[in-house]
Amino acid sequence: MHQFIFGTYPYIALTVLLLGSVARYERDPFTWKSSSSQLLRRKQLVIGSVLFHVGVLVIFFGHLVGLLTPIQVLDALGIGYGFKQLLAVIAGGVAGIVALAGGAILLHRRLYDPRIRANSSFADTGILILLLVQLVLGILTIFVSLQQLDGHEMTTFMAWAFGIFTFDGQAASYIADASILFKLHIFLGLTIFLLFPFTRLVHMLSAPVRYLWRPGYQIVRTKKRGA
Amino acid sequence: MKVRAQIGMVLNLDKCIGCHTCSVTCKNVWTSRDGVEYAWFNNVETKPGIGYPKDWENQKRWNGGWERTASGGLKPKQGGKWRILANIFANPDLPEIDDFYEPFDFDYDHLKSAPEMEAFPTARPRSKVSGERMEKIEWGPNWEEILGGEFAKRSKDYNFEGIQKEIYGQYENTFMMYLPRLCEHCLNPACAASCPSGAIYKREEDGVVLIDQEKCRGWRMCVSGCPYKKIYYNWSTGKSEKCTLCYPRLESGMPTVCSETCVGRIRYIGVMLYDADKIADAASVAGEKDLYDAQLGVFLDPNDPKVIEAARAEGVPEDWIASARKSPIWKMAMEWKIAFPLHPEYRTLPMVWYIPPLSPIQNAAAAGQIAAQDDMPDVKSLRIPVRYLANMLTAGDEAPVISALERMLAMRSYMRSKTVDGVVNLGVAKRVGLTPHQIDEMYQIMAIANYEDRFVIPTTHREMVEDAYDLRGGCGFTDGNGCSTGTSGGKLFGSRKFVTPAEGWK
Repeated sequence: MHQFIFGTYPYIALTVLLLGSVARYERDPFTWKSSSSQLLRRKQLVIGSVLFHVGVLVIFFGHLVGLLTPIQVLDALGIGYGFKQLLAVIAGGVAGIVALAGGAILLHRRLYDPRIRANSSFADTGILILLLVQLVLGILTIFVSLQQLDGHEMTTFMAWAFGIFTFDGQAASYIADASILFKLHIFLGLTIFLLFPFTRLVHMLSAPVRYLWRPGYQIVRTKKRGA
Repeated sequence: MKVRAQIGMVLNLDKCIGCHTCSVTCKNVWTSRDGVEYAWFNNVETKPGIGYPKDWENQKRWNGGWERTASGGLKPKQGGKWRILANIFANPDLPEIDDFYEPFDFDYDHLKSAPEMEAFPTARPRSKVSGERMEKIEWGPNWEEILGGEFAKRSKDYNFEGIQKEIYGQYENTFMMYLPRLCEHCLNPACAASCPSGAIYKREEDGVVLIDQEKCRGWRMCVSGCPYKKIYYNWSTGKSEKCTLCYPRLESGMPTVCSETCVGRIRYIGVMLYDADKIADAASVAGEKDLYDAQLGVFLDPNDPKVIEAARAEGVPEDWIASARKSPIWKMAMEWKIAFPLHPEYRTLPMVWYIPPLSPIQNAAAAGQIAAQDDMPDVKSLRIPVRYLANMLTAGDEAPVISALERMLAMRSYMRSKTVDGVVNLGVAKRVGLTPHQIDEMYQIMAIANYEDRFVIPTTHREMVEDAYDLRGGCGFTDGNGCSTGTSGGKLFGSRKFVTPAEGWK
C-alpha cells in the first residue's frame, strides 16, 4: 500500500495532470479560464483573493525549490539542513496562515453568498475545500517538524521527490517512517495534482507573465496569407 | 505612411427618437444568453444622466482609457503592465454587476399556477444571478429614461463639468437628449492594451475589435480598461464579451443589426482610410482639447492620388478604396465637420462618431428678442448648453460644436428658402462656409438618408486571404468550441460551454 501511494500514485497523478491539461487546452480551450466571480460580488473577494493567492504562491514556489533542489546543491552552497528547515517552517508557516485566512474568507463567500453559491460548480467548491484541508494539514506538519530541528526529515522528502522525478524505484521507501500527517499531506497533494485538469486550477498554467514583455500594448491580427 | 482601412459609424443624434429598437434587436441577436442578460452591447441613454453602468464617464472613479505620462508617452489609466498584473487577484477598478444592474425575470408561471386567492396573483421579480426573490428593482439599463429620477442624482453627469447646472433642474430650463452607445472600435483600444492574455485584437482589414473567446482567461482587465465600459464579463462562461460590429454581416456588405433596424435612420456606416503610423502621436498630444484635431489628422483623404497609391501598396482592395471615396463618415467627419468622437479625452481614438443634436430655442416667449439672421437663431440660445455637448464630444472645446450646429441650422434655413420660397440663399451657405452643392448633399444624406447613402460597406475579400480549397467541408461560423456548437454531452472539463444565441432560446 505504501509503495502504491508513494511509489506509483505520483506517476498516475502527474500523468493525468500532464495529459489532462494538454487535452483540455487542445480540445476545449473555451473552458480554460480563471472563473472570476468578482463581477457578481466584490465584497470579501478583494481581501480573500489577495491573501489566498499571495500565500499560495509563496507556498507553491517554496515547495518547488525546497523539494526539487538536489541535495548536493545545498551542500555545495553550504546551506545547513537545520537552517533550511527553520526557513521552511517560518516562511511556510506564515504563508500558510495567510493563505488559510484568505481561503477561509473565499470559502465563506462561496458557501454563504447567494449569488456565488448559485454559480458555483461542484468542482469549484470541492477544490477550494480540498485546498483548505491541504493548508491545514501543511500547517499541522509544522508541529511534527518542530520536534526535530536537525533538518534530517526534510532531506528524506527531498530524496523522495527527487527519486520520483528520476524514476528511482526505491523512492517510496525513503519516507516510510514519516509521520502520518506528512503522508496525508503528500497524498492529498498528489490528489490535487490528479484533479487539476478538471478544475479551474488550470488558470495558473496561463499566468499571463508574457504580458510584461509583449511588445507595445496593441495587438492587430491580419488574415493576409503569410503574415 | 501605413494605410489601413477602418469601418466607422456616425450617429445623427439630431434625429434619434430614443426608441431603443437598436438595443432590442442587438440584444435579441447577441446577448439573449445566460451570463450576459445584463449586457447591452448597444444601449440608449437619456442625457443628462449618469448612464449605464453608473457614472461610466467619470474616469476619476473608474480609471478607464489612457493617461499621458510625464514623458509624453501613453499608459492605461488603470496602470502600466506591472500594475495591471499586480491587480490580477482582485481588480480594484472593476464595476460590480449592480453598477450595471442585477438581471431579473418574473415568476410568470405563478400567474397560471396560483391557487384560488382573494387577490389577483402577480408575477414578482426574481434574480437571474442567484435565483432569489428581489423585493424591489432598484436600477436597470435605462433607469433614467426620459429624465426619470431626481435631478440631484442625474446631475452627477460628468458632462456638466464647468457648467452652472442648478438651473437645468428647473422645469422651464430642463433639456434632454438621447445617446445610443456601442463599442467604439477604437484606433487605440485601451481594452486590447489591458488584456494580459493578448486575447483582444484589432482586425487589420476592417478595424473591428474582437475578443478571442478561446484565448480569454477571464482576467477582467479589459472591463476596467475600456473607458466606455463596453466590455462585458460573462459571469456564466467566465469570458469577456463585446460588440462585434456584427462582423459576419459587415463581411457580406450588410450594415450592423443596430444600424439596419434604426427606425430614425440616424446611423451611417462607411470606410475611413487612416495612417496607422500616426496613431501613437495623435493619442498622446498634450492638450485634451487638441485630441479631436489630432484624430482628424490621422485620417487620409481617399481622393488623394498619393494615398490611393499607398493604399494599393498596402493591399487595401480596390473596392474598399472606392467605398472610402463615397464614405458618409468621411463627409460628415472631415468635409462638413459636423460629426465628433465621443469623449476624445480618453485618448482611445474612438471610431463611432456623433452629430450633436439641435434643440428648441430657450425661452420661446423671448424669441422675438433673439438675434436671428437668415432665419437662424444664435446656437447659444439653444436649450441644450453648447458646453454640455462640447464636454461630451470635443473635450470641452466649444468652437467645433458651435460650427457644426450652425451648419445644421444653415442647412435647414437654406432648404426652407429653396423649397418654400424658391430662393437660393447663398448668404446663409457662405456664412457657415459651405457651398450650395455641399448643402444639397448634406440634405440628401442627412435628411433624406437613403439606405445606399447611409451604408457604403464593401464586402470582405476572403478570396485574397484564404484558400477556399482548404475550407471545403469546414464548419463555417462557430463560436467557442471548434466545430462543435458547444453542447456536446461530455462534461469532463466543466459543463458550461458556449451557448449560441439561437440555443439560448430553448
